[in-house]
Amino acid sequence: MKNRSPKIAVLSGKGGTGKTFVSVNLASIAGRSVYVDCDVEEPNGHLFLKPEAFCEETVTVGIPFVCEDLCSGCRKCVDFCKFNALAFIKGRPYVFEEVCHSCGGCRLLCPEKAIGEAEKSVGKIQRGVAGNVSVHTGILNTGEVSGIPIIKKLLEASISENERPVFIDCPPGSACIVMESIKDADYCILVAEPTVFGVHNLNMVYELVRLFRKPYGAVLNKCLGEGNPAECFCKENDIPVLYRIPFDSRLGTLNANGKIAVLESKRYRDLFSSLLRIVMKEVPGETAVDS
Amino acid sequence: MKQLLILSGKGGTGKTTIAGAFIRLACAKAYADCDVDAPNLHLIMARDIGPRLTDYYGMPRAEIDPGKCVGCGECVRNCRFDAILDGDRCKIDPYSCEGCGVCEAVCPAGAVSLKPVVAGELKLYHKEDRVFSTAQLKMGGGTSGKLVTEVKKQMKSAAYEGAELAIIDGSPGIGCPVIASLSGADMVLIVAEPSISGISDMKRIVKTAEVFHVRIAVCINKYDVSPVHSRKIQEYCKTENLPFAGVIPFDPEAVRAVNNGLAISEVDCPSGVAAKEVFGRVMGLLFQGFGESSH
Amino acid sequence: MKIAIPVEEKSPQSGACPSFGRAPYFLVYDTVTKETGFLDNGAAATPGGAGIRAAQAIADYGVKALLTPRCGENAETVFAKAEVLVYGSVPGTAQHNIDEFLAERLLLLNEFHPGFHGHEK
Repeated sequence: MKNRSPKIAVLSGKGGTGKTFVSVNLASIAGRSVYVDCDVEEPNGHLFLKPEAFCEETVTVGIPFVCEDLCSGCRKCVDFCKFNALAFIKGRPYVFEEVCHSCGGCRLLCPEKAIGEAEKSVGKIQRGVAGNVSVHTGILNTGEVSGIPIIKKLLEASISENERPVFIDCPPGSACIVMESIKDADYCILVAEPTVFGVHNLNMVYELVRLFRKPYGAVLNKCLGEGNPAECFCKENDIPVLYRIPFDSRLGTLNANGKIAVLESKRYRDLFSSLLRIVMKEVPGETAVDS
Repeated sequence: MKQLLILSGKGGTGKTTIAGAFIRLACAKAYADCDVDAPNLHLIMARDIGPRLTDYYGMPRAEIDPGKCVGCGECVRNCRFDAILDGDRCKIDPYSCEGCGVCEAVCPAGAVSLKPVVAGELKLYHKEDRVFSTAQLKMGGGTSGKLVTEVKKQMKSAAYEGAELAIIDGSPGIGCPVIASLSGADMVLIVAEPSISGISDMKRIVKTAEVFHVRIAVCINKYDVSPVHSRKIQEYCKTENLPFAGVIPFDPEAVRAVNNGLAISEVDCPSGVAAKEVFGRVMGLLFQGFGESSH
Repeated sequence: MKIAIPVEEKSPQSGACPSFGRAPYFLVYDTVTKETGFLDNGAAATPGGAGIRAAQAIADYGVKALLTPRCGENAETVFAKAEVLVYGSVPGTAQHNIDEFLAERLLLLNEFHPGFHGHEK
């Protein structure tokens, strides 16, 4: 059974390597596709794709509140909270919302059933369309502790629509939020820079995708030709190199102006068509994709 | 000891490269890398020495004793983080567990307990009278804000008397680790990237730093990639009354220097020369005060 | 009444610790009995909400005034509700600050920084 809607995650250990560049351009060149921006702290994809007709949904988490009339002042909730989100003042618990992790423990443990839950917004999801690309952007409100609830919502089953490949632009790093983004991915593209910094960061996401047993391949970006430490790293660790994108100062300008390379230049149309074909061949349950 | 923090909002702006140059130019006796998720500074600052290592314990994680578990699934039903796998014996997914303790509280068989977990490693490098503090958070480790605090604490307590200046390479983003790095900083230098996304991220980081009443200066790296956006950033600084510390050109020599473990100021190259000028202005601001307007 | 100062060491000659929530100890001085004691700060090691927990401990102990260089919004909320006054400490030892407080030369702190949310996923 062919996988006609593969989920392809694009990761890098650090920001600025070209994750968004690769995922946005792959999504743009692939006839019909889905682009999901899981970098909820600093989402950038939409600045290039400029989606229209979008709808917005708020993402909420449950935050406890105390019904003073029912509270007996036993302090069980305050003593239980591992995050110190509850303080006991003048005989009553007080909730510190932004420190709360929404675990629901205080509510469960209250012997008087005096704690209820209200929904608090932690961010939003914008869904829109940019040409042939269905764009889904997650945005975390500044100051909120965790983007995970947003990513969970972003990647809900409905993401796989009608035989379109899904390109997931992951947050940088290898923390829990990245893990959440690749949980259901069919394939992972690791983007790396040709510097010693780049190798160190590549190593991090390399370990991550192996831990999660995901098939993977590397795209070496900003290649300057001479001694590329990232290339050596891939060789030593048998990481398939899917493509080497040469450094090109014009890309810097295009990037600065929010332009998508495949829409501006034949050279990049050809490059990304090529990369797309290579990626699709690597994805398990190979499928043919129009480009 | 004055603390200079270098931040960028987004990754890849060249923050670490610039921090490295500043550390060499200042002959700083104390410096730290607060990007605990992806520390890079040691790759140019500490290639030839071994650090003293300390385990860092983060939030405790739940553990299920399979001998006691009766497979009732109470824990699974009550876990808000989807961190428990159902089965004859329930199993915890350590990467999703947030250490809230609900499973421990609801388990009828007393099979769950919270155990401290090594979430990362603190590293301290000593060379003569210089100290360099950094850390590496393990994959999936949370509580990076607290680890950042530990990195700074380690630097401060190891620093020798008479160290006048500490330079801190901050974390990217605007979240908790950045906020933790801001605590105690005397001044923040924001390294901006001249692009649409770079400007958007710069504004977010300025907002975050302003809330902490820390003095801010801005410089632009790789400014010649987009003179238009560089101008926009300079105008923004003028409007917001933020001192502008200068520009550094894009420079392929910088990559070569870094790959050879050198700071750009140690190599004869355009970015090194520019970095020196920016450094001069930043030191002026830090030690002589901010005056009334941006220069 | 009891007044408290976050300190780095268990000594009145110690300076005030710049971070209230993460100070290793609190020096507590009783203005009536003129006795000095020290509280261990359990919040120092906690990954998140340190200010809240430290403030809770201070309030539970019956302290009526806190002398500190800085204080976070969350801790300040606890203090406001628990009716603990927060004063800005001055450079110098904890002992010096106590003397300044008794001489009524310290001012109430009126700026509180946002929480550090020292935890992240």
